[in-house]
Amino acid sequence: MTDDPEELLRAMVRIRNVEETLADVYRDEQEMRTPVHFSIGQEASAVGVCAALRRSDLVYGGHRCHAQYLAKGGDLDAMVAELYGRETGCTRGRGGSVHLIDVEAGFGAASAILGEMISVATGAAWALATAGRDDVVATFFGDGAAEEGVFHESLNFAQLHRLPVIYVCENNGYSLASPLAARQPEGTRITDWAARYGMPSVSADGNDVTAVRSAAAEAVAWCRAGRGPYFLELETYRWREHVGPHWDYDVDHRSKAEVDSWIARCPIVRATDALRPALPDIDRRRARWDTEDREELATAIKAAKASPFPAVDTLLDGAYGALGV
Amino acid sequence: MRTLKYSEAIGEGTVQSMEADPTIFVAGQSVDDHKGIYGTTTAAMKRFGPSRVRDIPNCETAFAGIAVGAASQGLRPLVVHTRDDFMFLAMDAVINVAAKWRYMYGNKGGAPVVMRGVVGHGWGQGATHSQSLHSVFGHFPGLHVVVPASPADAKGLLVTALRGDTPVIVLENRGLYDVEDEVPQEPVAVPLGRGRIVREGTDVTIVAASLMVREAERAAQALAGQGVSAEVVDVRSIRPLDEALICESVAKTGRLVVADTSWARYGLSAEVAAVVAENVFDALRAPVRRVTPPDCPAPVSWPLEEAFNPDADALARAALEVLGLSRRLEVARDELHHNFIGPY
Repeated sequence: MTDDPEELLRAMVRIRNVEETLADVYRDEQEMRTPVHFSIGQEASAVGVCAALRRSDLVYGGHRCHAQYLAKGGDLDAMVAELYGRETGCTRGRGGSVHLIDVEAGFGAASAILGEMISVATGAAWALATAGRDDVVATFFGDGAAEEGVFHESLNFAQLHRLPVIYVCENNGYSLASPLAARQPEGTRITDWAARYGMPSVSADGNDVTAVRSAAAEAVAWCRAGRGPYFLELETYRWREHVGPHWDYDVDHRSKAEVDSWIARCPIVRATDALRPALPDIDRRRARWDTEDREELATAIKAAKASPFPAVDTLLDGAYGALGV
Repeated sequence: MRTLKYSEAIGEGTVQSMEADPTIFVAGQSVDDHKGIYGTTTAAMKRFGPSRVRDIPNCETAFAGIAVGAASQGLRPLVVHTRDDFMFLAMDAVINVAAKWRYMYGNKGGAPVVMRGVVGHGWGQGATHSQSLHSVFGHFPGLHVVVPASPADAKGLLVTALRGDTPVIVLENRGLYDVEDEVPQEPVAVPLGRGRIVREGTDVTIVAASLMVREAERAAQALAGQGVSAEVVDVRSIRPLDEALICESVAKTGRLVVADTSWARYGLSAEVAAVVAENVFDALRAPVRRVTPPDCPAPVSWPLEEAFNPDADALARAALEVLGLSRRLEVARDELHHNFIGPY
C-alpha cells in the first residue's frame, strides 16, 4: 500500500523490465513452453490498483495476469520458475502463465477462460464479508470479458448482496485482434453497464498511475466500509501481440501509427516526467533500477533453470483432495 | 490427387459449402482476423467477406442460443470456437436446446447448428486450453459429434455436417492442422457413422479418433517391424458410432486397444469397450486396453505434459501387452508436434 509517486513508478519499471526481458528470453530460448500474455504498456492499472490495497486484500486476474501478480507482491522467482515449468513454480509447473497464484501475497488466482475469475472473485468477496473481515477483493479483466454473461450475472449478485468487490476493467480496446467497434454497439460505455446495476462506476485514465491510484483508493474505501461493489474502468493499451513476445502492428488489424500513439502515452514515461521537477536525478535513478531489475531477473531465471522439473511420478498429485470420510 | 493441409481442407470445405448454400455463415471470435483460426476461415473471409464471416463479441453462452434461433428459422450457422474449452459456456443452448429441439418440439423441424471447436495440444496449453470434449457432447442424444483425423475427412465431414438437419459438433485437434494428405477437389460428403480402416491387420485392433489415429498409425508401423500386424480403425464420428466396423475388426483380430485424447472414465474408450463387450465378447482373446490421459487435469510443465499425452509409444506397448508379448519397443515422438515451437 503506497501513494508515493516514486514507489508507484518503481513498481511499474520493475514490471516493465521483467516482462520485456522475459519476452526476449522467451523468443530467443524457446524454453518457456507455455503460452504467455504480456502486459507491457498496461502496468499503471495493475500498479495503481494494487497500491491502494493491503496485503490481506485479494486480487484475481485473467490470462494477462503477470503485472497484477507482481503488483500485488507475487513472488517473482516463483513466477519465473512457473514459466519454465519447474517444480519451484507458483503452481509447481502445473498451471503455467495463465494460472498464477500466490496465496501469501493475496493474489487469489488467475484463469484463462474469459471472465471466469469475475464470478470467482465475487464469491471470494462473499466469503470475506461472511467472515466479517474488512478485506476487499479486486478482480481484473478486459473489455472482452465484460461482454460475457458471467460479468453481468456477477455484478447483479454483488450489488444485491453489497459484496466488497472492485471490478477492474482494463479496457485495452482489443479482444485478440478484434477491436471494440466490432464487438460493442457504437457509444457503448462499459461504465454505464455497471452503473445500471446500482454500483458506483468510474472511468479513469489507465495509463496515469496516480489517477488510477486515486480512483482505486476511493473504490477500496467504499468496499471496505461495507457499501457494496465498485466498478472501475481503466483505459489502456497492449503493446505486444495478444499471446507471445512479438510486436504485431502492420500484420493487419492495427497500424504501427496506432501502436506508436499509445507508446507516446507510455505510463512509465508519463510518471517519470511528472516526477522530474521534484526529483531532477530521476533518470539516474531509473538507470539504477534497470540494473537492479536485470540482476533480480537474471537471478530468478538462473534459479528457475537450476530447479528440477516436476517428477513424472507426481503427475497425479493434487487431482483430488482428501476424502470426506 | 492433389494434397492439402488439414487446415486448408477445412477452409475449402467451408467455401464450397457456402457457395452451394447461401444460408451458411461463419461466426466466432476472430474468425475474420489475419490468423483466421489457424487458416481455416481465411479462404471464406477472402471469398465472402465479413457479411458471411462474422467476428462476434465474447458471448459464447448467448451466441449458442442465437445460433440455434437462427438455425430454427432457416439459417445455417457454422460457429467456431478457438478452444473447445470455451464451449462449456455454450453448453446450455447446445445440450438443452439444439440437441433436443427436433424431438422436444414434436419433430416439426430442427436447429441444424454446426459448431467447430479447436482442441489445444502441446506447448503447455494446460488445464483449460487442451481438453477434448467429444465424449461430453457424445453423451447426449440429438447431437452428432465428428472428430476428423485426416485432411480429406476434415473437409468431407464438415460438408456433410453443413448439409444435414441435425446439429453437429466438429472437434479438431490443433496438432493436426499441418498434416498434409490427398483431398478430393469436389465437396464429397463423408457419411456420418461410417468409420474407416486406416490400416489392415490381423493381430490386434487399435480403435482411435482424431489425433490418436495418427499415433495409432505410427504405433502400427513400429509394431509391423516386430512382426505384429495391427489394424487401425478411425471412428471418424463418435455419434453416430460405427459399431459394426469396430466389431468386425475385433471379431477378426480378437484383441482391442482403444486410444483417446480424453480421459478413460465415461469416455469414448469406455463406449468402444462396451460396444465390443456387448456384441463380440466371445471373440476377445485378451482384456481390452485403453490408452488415454491419466486421471488429472492437463499439466503445463513439459515433462509432465509428455507423460500426460498418450502417444504411439504407449499404444505400441499396450498392443504388445494384449498380445502377451514381453518385447521392448520404443516409438519415437511425432516430429510434426515435437518440432513445434512457440510463442503460441
